[in-house]
Amino acid sequence: MQIPLTYVIAGWSGFFVMSVELLGGRLLAPTFGSSIYVWGAIITVFMLALALGYLAGGRWSLRSPTVRKLGTLLVLAAVSVLPTVWLGPTLLDAVAVRLPDPRFGSLLGSTLLFFVPTFFSGMVSPYAVRLLVEERATSGRHAGQLYFVSTFGSAAGTLLTSFYLVLYFEVNHIFGGLMAISLAIGLVAWIGGSKQ
Amino acid sequence: MSVVRHLLACVCLAFAILGPSLAEAQKLVHSERSLYREVLVYDDGPIRCICFTRNCRIGRQTCMNTEAPERFVMNYTQMMMAALFLNPRPQSILIIGLGGGTLPQALHQVLPESRIDVVEIDPAVVRVAKRFFNFRTGDLVRVEEVDGRVFVKRAQREGRQYDLIMLDAFDHEYIPEHLLTREFLQEVASLLSPQGVLAANTFSSSRLYDHESVTYEAVFGTFYNLKEDNRVILATKEQLPPKSHVERNAAGFKQTFAGFDIGVERLLRLFSTAADWDRGARVLTDQYSPANLLNLRE
Repeated sequence: MQIPLTYVIAGWSGFFVMSVELLGGRLLAPTFGSSIYVWGAIITVFMLALALGYLAGGRWSLRSPTVRKLGTLLVLAAVSVLPTVWLGPTLLDAVAVRLPDPRFGSLLGSTLLFFVPTFFSGMVSPYAVRLLVEERATSGRHAGQLYFVSTFGSAAGTLLTSFYLVLYFEVNHIFGGLMAISLAIGLVAWIGGSKQ
Repeated sequence: MSVVRHLLACVCLAFAILGPSLAEAQKLVHSERSLYREVLVYDDGPIRCICFTRNCRIGRQTCMNTEAPERFVMNYTQMMMAALFLNPRPQSILIIGLGGGTLPQALHQVLPESRIDVVEIDPAVVRVAKRFFNFRTGDLVRVEEVDGRVFVKRAQREGRQYDLIMLDAFDHEYIPEHLLTREFLQEVASLLSPQGVLAANTFSSSRLYDHESVTYEAVFGTFYNLKEDNRVILATKEQLPPKSHVERNAAGFKQTFAGFDIGVERLLRLFSTAADWDRGARVLTDQYSPANLLNLRE
């Protein structure tokens, strides 16, 4: 149970991050436009948050790692999207008033909204590696499979969001759906993790 | 060896496909790379156009007759000028999307006292308009290089008002999605003075037509719909003036517009308030604006 759950969490986390990133572009456009530098600001924030999340996730995996805790990361990432849903546009407009340059405005705006959820999402992968690896000899294979699952999830999240989800749903409804799935998987991890 | 033959076949095929388009009369006069795209200027006889795609594959942004620059080449710009039939003396004008500058040039000529603010996101387009389309700025005609929505939000905070607002911002595909939503139109409406008029250039094909129509209707109520291959929406902040009022104003422009090769009678025939769209279509909002995806659907 532990191994498939770990892969599911890593794959879903990849999906979640890319979906949130694309929706972030939609959210920022009314305030800062949709120029290449707005996308540049969003991608920069996501990459930085993931980078720091990897570091933190690796560190945290040193302390008695469990699938339950891995699921908790997913839940934390989901919950930290809530402020975006509630006050996204208000907050972005307030940023634009203080920082009229759309380059730095979008950089600050996406940091405020997306740094925390992406940071928690970044913690997932290294933490998951720790749960999967039993010995050094097979560690590369496990890491490879994990990268596969998580990046494949990212590809799926990117495609589904940009081709279909935005065509049928409102941005906040998609956020809601993503959060619901994260919470559900987190719950399964909590229950499945208790049998260890 | 077979690889070489294969390659040769590919090259021949490529020439066969590219050949006809290369042989076309269009001559590339200028190309300029910007932060957003490649801005291309093509000459086809006396007609000079700005395109955002090679050989104007996905449409022409704007065109000018180099032998008679005052004459309007494109249909949609003529329809946009019909906004003056709703308010013949706008003191302050905002145009979002410069292109070759046809509209600000003509408006400045018709209304030499009015203030015209043009918003254009791409500095390269501004340079090209000045160099190849005789676009001139001055005390009364100003250009700001900024995203249209960013400008509108800021103008709203500063409490600015305009008597005429023209929406004509296009990328190579269509109008950017954040400039199509109910929230954006509400922001634009808040910039209109009580006698203010809005003119918006849109396409008339594809499923997006229904969505755009209901979105404009949600913000402005009934509007005049001028439809050819493009569709121009003419809306007002307050009650839409009746057709008789429009015709009276139009009569005053007959002579001036003749100089631009614009037929006032032809424009008047296009005025319609009939809702020829699916009223059940979903309104576009900041939360729901898949315009380019809807544009793909017939």
